[in-house]
Amino acid sequence: MTRATKARADQRPSRSLTDYFYDPKSRGIMLQLTVAVILIWLIWSVVDNTIRNLEAQGIAAGFGFLRNTSGFDISQSLISYTSTDTHGRAFLVGLLNTLLVAVVGVVLATVIGFVIGIARLSQNWLVSTLAAVYIETIRNVPPLLMLFAVYFGVIKTLPRPRDSIEFPFATYLNLRGLYLPRPIWDEAIWFVLLAFVIGFIAAFWINRRAKKIQIETGVQPRVLFPVLGCVLGLPALAFVLAGFPVSFDVPQLGRFNLRGGFVISPEFIALVSGLTLYTAAFIAEIVRSGILSVPKGQREAASALGLRDGQVMRLIIIPQALRVIIPPLTNQYLNLTKNSSLAVAIGYPDLVSVFAGTVLNLTNQAVEVIIMTMAVYLSLSLLTSVFMNWFNARVALVER
Amino acid sequence: MRNWVAAGLALVMSYGQQMELAAAQTSTLDTVKSRGQLQCGVSTGLAGFGAPNDAGVWQGLDVDICRAVASAVLKDADKIKFVPLTAKERFTALQSGEIDLLSRNTTWTMSRDTAAGLNFTGINYYDGQGFMVKKTLDVVSAKELSGASICVQTGTTTELNLADYFRSNKMEYNPVVFEKLSEALGAYNAGRCDAFTTDVSQLYSIRLTLGNANDHIVLPEIISKEPLGPVVRQGDPQWANIVRWTLFAMINAEELGVTQSNVDQMKNSKNPAIRRLLGVEGEYGVAMGVDKDWAYHIIKLVGNYGESFDRNVGAGSPLGIARGQNALWRDGGLQYAPPIR
Ligand SMILES: N[C@@H](CCC(=O)N[C@@H](CS)C(=O)NCC(=O)O)C(=O)O
Repeated sequence: MTRATKARADQRPSRSLTDYFYDPKSRGIMLQLTVAVILIWLIWSVVDNTIRNLEAQGIAAGFGFLRNTSGFDISQSLISYTSTDTHGRAFLVGLLNTLLVAVVGVVLATVIGFVIGIARLSQNWLVSTLAAVYIETIRNVPPLLMLFAVYFGVIKTLPRPRDSIEFPFATYLNLRGLYLPRPIWDEAIWFVLLAFVIGFIAAFWINRRAKKIQIETGVQPRVLFPVLGCVLGLPALAFVLAGFPVSFDVPQLGRFNLRGGFVISPEFIALVSGLTLYTAAFIAEIVRSGILSVPKGQREAASALGLRDGQVMRLIIIPQALRVIIPPLTNQYLNLTKNSSLAVAIGYPDLVSVFAGTVLNLTNQAVEVIIMTMAVYLSLSLLTSVFMNWFNARVALVER
Repeated sequence: MRNWVAAGLALVMSYGQQMELAAAQTSTLDTVKSRGQLQCGVSTGLAGFGAPNDAGVWQGLDVDICRAVASAVLKDADKIKFVPLTAKERFTALQSGEIDLLSRNTTWTMSRDTAAGLNFTGINYYDGQGFMVKKTLDVVSAKELSGASICVQTGTTTELNLADYFRSNKMEYNPVVFEKLSEALGAYNAGRCDAFTTDVSQLYSIRLTLGNANDHIVLPEIISKEPLGPVVRQGDPQWANIVRWTLFAMINAEELGVTQSNVDQMKNSKNPAIRRLLGVEGEYGVAMGVDKDWAYHIIKLVGNYGESFDRNVGAGSPLGIARGQNALWRDGGLQYAPPIR
């Protein structure tokens, strides 16, 4: 309580109801309370209404179905799964498949988007025109069409399994996917992992020391080779010392498909490339506007200080541009994640295909399944936003 | 202020919902009559079973069920709004009241009949699941399919049968699951899958649409029972009766030799079973809310079961499917309708 209200309260110990009504603070609380009560009542009545209607229509309700055997197979899974597992596990499989597409898509779209965005601003006419053409074409195609084009493009141009395109290291490409040798790690691989961790810590330390030397003396020590040596050389040495603790399951031609190895399906490739190309066009525009938002004087000042072009971009322009870039970038990440639900159109087993598709139809519990699916997308969106806000707060230029 | 508007809107919407559901629970017969139109869920395009012809008129064995019901209720086989539905959409459309009747190669299963708010009213086609492969693969039996990629449509019984079959035969496979038939077939045709699987009747129909039909063969193995039939919402026994007896009337008519062309003469028949069927004797339709000559209109406007079978999927159609299990019981098939009496 501020001193003034306290004084007023002292003067008039008993306040009438109208006083409360005219007091903005208590009026605010009352309003909020009313809204909250109405909201809770609304939610309750919708839930109650739904349950009753489902009962009246003879439709099963509840989440017990998640423990029942699913009975169907899924073509791609990051965790072990067979048709004897439960619907709950099928949900997890779908969720992980969605996450996989989202994460890979976001990373690739960011990289491509930044490259094209910067290319769009290039002094080179050809480069900037190509970037502009890309952006303008792609942005105006509906994502679903894009996916169809990529998917049927992929499976119609790639050869049949018998005529697979062969790459080095027992890698094959055909219209059933990209087949890679699958590494089978021996026990001794922990030795290599340990070396990797140690190398990483050492590299970190070398970098820190180099920074310190630069700040103190102005001399930039060369760190590339020592760092590479630690991060790559050390594990490689451990690998040799441990006696090559790995063997490979190599894909081989079977009657219909290649058998064995590790397969990346054409559905996954098409989905990720479709979504990536689509989102990258938007990210490119965001990057361009972000860079343009940094006043020209900054660049000139940096050059005048003797920084090289790359350094100007990396140390002066990008950090300032990021403030403008990150909020709309977050939006694009959310869009990509949500657009990944178009997967079912091209046969990729994402959450919507597996759970809101197959499981929903087998159990007929549309309400529960859709609620869970919506909850997943909501949480993914919120998590992405929270992370990006945190990232923004961290990299945003601290202005003095 | 905004909060209030939002809350008010939500309130109105939630009541709207309540009313809509309440409407869905009133008599379907009254709804159809007052609307003057039957809303019938059919497939998105499966020649012989449910597909628009070149003139845009819906035709097929399943479509004829819609037409027969409209004839019985509205005395007009064309007062129908056909709603094309994918496998995934069909039950929601029925549950939510968007359609009055679903007649779209739908398999009668226990869970659908008991736990999904649906009622199956009969079997208009006895079917089973099979596989279609390209001839060039040199496969003659489904038992050889181990390691194959197989295209399927989601929301069907097909996915489960497939898993069961491969598991019990200890074979491996890679399912590629699509929401729409067109994309599943596109992928199969492009060579993404070695086989396409669904009910055999649909395989025959699809084979005709795949360019050169002779490039594809349907393998002999039948891996499941797929009794296909019309479906209505649970909780409206009168409407379920109308749909059930519409199919029975068509089957009985075939058995009694009543056809689209002779139905008018047959009204003078001495056979009491025919007289009851056509409403000359007794008032059998009235008890389920339609006129006593309900079946006369069905046969006059659509024909009997055998005629419908023949012109849509049988010998008189491009599909040329033999009657087989779908022959009348007295001809060694399974089609058997309880008597009208
Ligand atoms: N009888 C099965 C399968 C029926 C089914 O939907 N088959 C698909 C594959 S041929 C179909 O008719 N699709 C046509 C469409 O989606 O319009 C079931 O009831 O689940």
